[in-house]
Amino acid sequence: MSATPIERTLVTTTSTTTASSPTASSPTTTTPMTSTPMTVPVCALADLAPERGAAALVDGVQVALFRLADGTVRAVQQLDPYSGANVMSRGIVGTRGDVPTVAGPMYKQVFSLLTGECLDPVGYSPRPGHGPDLVAHRVEVRDGVVHVGLA
Amino acid sequence: MSTGPLPEGTPSQLVAAHELVVVGGGMVAQRLVEAFLARLDAAPGAGAWHVTVFAEEPRLPYDRVALTSYFSARDPEELVLGDASMWDDPRVTLHRDCKVDAVDRDARTVTDRLGRVHAYDELVLATGSYAFMPPIPGHDLPGVFVYRTVDDVAALRGWVEQVRSSRGDGVDRPVRGAVIGGGLLGLEAAGALKALGAQATVIEFGTHLMGAQIDLGGGQALKRLINELGIAVRPGSATEKMVADRRSGRVSRLQFGDGGKLGVDVVVVATGVRPRDEVARDAGLEIGERGGVVVDLGCRTSDPHVFAVGEVACIEGRCIGLVAPGYAMAEVVADRLLGGDATFPGADTATKLKLQGVDVASFGDAFARTEGAMELVWADPVAGVYKKLVLSDDARTLLGGVFVGDATPYASLRPMLGSALPGDPGAFLLPEGTGGAPTLELPDDAAVCSCNNVSAGTIRAAVTDHDCTDVASVKACTRAGTSCGSCLPLVKKITTTELERAGIEVSNALCEHFEMSRAQLFDAVRVADLHTFSEIIGRFGVEGTRGCDICKPTVASILASQGNGHILAGEQAALQDTNDHVMANMQKDGTYSVVPRIPGGEITPDGLLVIGQVAKDFGLYTKITGGQRIDMFGARIEQLPDIWRRLVEHGFESGHAYGKSLRTVKSCVGSTWCRYGVQDSVGMAVELELRYRGLRSPHKIKLGVSGCARECAEARGKDVGVIATDKGWNMYVGGNGGFTPRHAQLFAEDLTSAELLRTIDRFLMYYVRTADRLQRTAPWVDDVEGGLDGLRAVILEDSLGICADLDAAMASHVDAYEDEWRAVLEDPDKLRRFGSFVNAPTVADPDLAYVAERGQRRPATPEERAADAPVIAGPRLEVRA
Repeated sequence: MSATPIERTLVTTTSTTTASSPTASSPTTTTPMTSTPMTVPVCALADLAPERGAAALVDGVQVALFRLADGTVRAVQQLDPYSGANVMSRGIVGTRGDVPTVAGPMYKQVFSLLTGECLDPVGYSPRPGHGPDLVAHRVEVRDGVVHVGLA
Repeated sequence: MSTGPLPEGTPSQLVAAHELVVVGGGMVAQRLVEAFLARLDAAPGAGAWHVTVFAEEPRLPYDRVALTSYFSARDPEELVLGDASMWDDPRVTLHRDCKVDAVDRDARTVTDRLGRVHAYDELVLATGSYAFMPPIPGHDLPGVFVYRTVDDVAALRGWVEQVRSSRGDGVDRPVRGAVIGGGLLGLEAAGALKALGAQATVIEFGTHLMGAQIDLGGGQALKRLINELGIAVRPGSATEKMVADRRSGRVSRLQFGDGGKLGVDVVVVATGVRPRDEVARDAGLEIGERGGVVVDLGCRTSDPHVFAVGEVACIEGRCIGLVAPGYAMAEVVADRLLGGDATFPGADTATKLKLQGVDVASFGDAFARTEGAMELVWADPVAGVYKKLVLSDDARTLLGGVFVGDATPYASLRPMLGSALPGDPGAFLLPEGTGGAPTLELPDDAAVCSCNNVSAGTIRAAVTDHDCTDVASVKACTRAGTSCGSCLPLVKKITTTELERAGIEVSNALCEHFEMSRAQLFDAVRVADLHTFSEIIGRFGVEGTRGCDICKPTVASILASQGNGHILAGEQAALQDTNDHVMANMQKDGTYSVVPRIPGGEITPDGLLVIGQVAKDFGLYTKITGGQRIDMFGARIEQLPDIWRRLVEHGFESGHAYGKSLRTVKSCVGSTWCRYGVQDSVGMAVELELRYRGLRSPHKIKLGVSGCARECAEARGKDVGVIATDKGWNMYVGGNGGFTPRHAQLFAEDLTSAELLRTIDRFLMYYVRTADRLQRTAPWVDDVEGGLDGLRAVILEDSLGICADLDAAMASHVDAYEDEWRAVLEDPDKLRRFGSFVNAPTVADPDLAYVAERGQRRPATPEERAADAPVIAGPRLEVRA
């Protein structure tokens, strides 16, 4: 793959992010929801390297898990809608403004790890049959174990 | 859907309410489909459409205008137009290698070459042209070619290479080539012959070259420039016949009307094109006097359900062999198909010759045929420059122009066509530095990019309304400059002017997390003696942020250049970009390619066997790289350690093909074997490669070493090129291939081997320290204060007093080198990141699918997956040794 247009404009995230959570209490709960029985234990929190992703198979669905610097864990679809390959977990974790992000490892689109929204398509269109955004899955960390609930 | 035989194909075809059939798969057909889909997306009420495209060639539509670049690129993929994923759209079916033989207008069907019948509601003919072969006796001899398609170019190249290699008689005589036809295409063909190492003579029937675009004065200047490229020109020559060699039966001589002769091994005929209108004729459509399907200004033929676009369309009484008017017609038809009333805006016949080193451009009324037109000419025969403006009778309005030898004014003047020029028109023709042309403020409606029909106003709006802050984003936003690229200097100028006007400082900040440039950060990190990203962003970054995909790899590179241990050690691992993170190159399906180092391209038969066996055991596709090594594709992330364990066991090490670092040092075989070689180029290449392996840098670095001035290693296309002389080595810097190819420039002459190493040490280390992120050596050399001379002062005369420091830094790199892959294999902690899934580390990605092609496997295309074609069942099990 050639290293094409990496110079780019920075998207000033006009924070329309609706995901800011009211859950306040537990620092390990990541997404705004009450705990539902539909979550599956996936791995130990210690199995995830800080600020990097890992792929997981959850009921046959490929999921990308990211452990952020503050210890929270986020999950989005592993399929990169811009390349059609199962690679999202191999992207670089970062921030745009206050939003934690992952950059697609193939063509460097930037996605919010809060909502899965594509913040910067860097001039590309998603492949036919795919939307621009990632599906965000629910994650709970209980007793050092990461649980994922498919969206 | 119309009545008639049911079309075959995808189910979506059966449910679509309207069927559009496009006959032809060239550039204009591609643009038509693109424009049509864009309009469909923008008009939800347009109903369901399905588009079927029939292409005669076996490949996706490609950029025929850039065909000559195929000689250097050699990869037809690089010529693919626009976003190739368009062809995966379920609303589109592309039949390649599938010419349409007949159109039945009553039944509204087309019949393809396989006899299949397809129904249409609307039909667009985009069959283009064929290269005209004049009835000269001998035109069908082996060795006579036309120049129109990728296959033509490939056949020509194959022929030249075969002639050269079949000689075998020890005679070092170049391949003799001739091009019949001195037009735009003929000159490009001649350039292509030169690029292939053949001689080239251009045979022109008329008085001068490019007679359709430029006048006699320009033609004479052009001839001198062409001669300087080593291409001979024979104007006023009618080719009477082509004569075959008696023994081989191949073309061997041209005979001219004036009795002259020319010995040849290869002939390219470029005497123009003719419209491919045979299907339209058979279907009874109205045909123009000189061929072509007659269309009105809405591009409709004499049948209201049939349109014609591009070179096959006879519009306003003529066929136009240029792509920009074809694109304009495609837009018209896309609009009309959905009920619009767009009309053809008239042909923009401006042309620019794409031949390296020769600037020729012509636009508008180049021959001053307008009543009362005035010609303003600047000619400098010594410099080989001829410039002409054609102005209205009041000497104000620009009607056209011709530029030969210096086409700089072309980009800014062409959009002014039909407008009044500010100030003295003569000022536009004077050489640079003599006062210069007045600054042009283009009107908003002036066309800047005629390929994609982008106006100056659209580019300004990209900056003011869409927040574009550089040329790359303007290109992505407007598509300006994405086809032929000739307008890019103008796009850049407009963009910069607009940014300045908006008070936007063109910032050199790395990203939103660091306000410093890479060079500033490099020094800061070094002086402050920092070793982790957390320390660095804490000290120099924006408070409370955690970096991104831009600054993290940059910091990773800075840390690696300053000797901070293994790139996957501790916190550094999280900073690494896609490829560095698993020390392999990610491919389109998410698997990786593996490249062991083969220093200087020298490899033992045993080494070849090891690579062959590993590739075979793991089912990897193999290909020789451009850098004289072997690439193995299709390795899954969880296979990488097993593959490398085998390679390391047999003495191979990382080739850093994944890194912004030294890639390869290419060499010719040199004096050890070659009868012309004057130095041991392989020995030097191996020494250089082992010295600089693993050196992390702002971008990839490639070196080349040639054993004599014949330059078989193509060292002048490298960041550092070394060419042997009788006395030692000449060193060149700042060359590269890629998107903007550059020849390396001579930096120092007749160096001893020790002097060479020291000079390269300093050059590379200075580059590593001061270049911008992703800046290759060529633009970096341009940016160094004083350019090449400034660089010589720093490196050869130590004008900054930093040479001892640079030497020490390189020495420490050489001492600290370790093989990254061996280190990973010895460390269970680092090995853990190579699992496929955190909860199933050895399970292969179940979505991978492959098909066999030419005896190896490759990723299945979306169509092949959808059709459940003969896909090799997903990942295969490797055989362990």
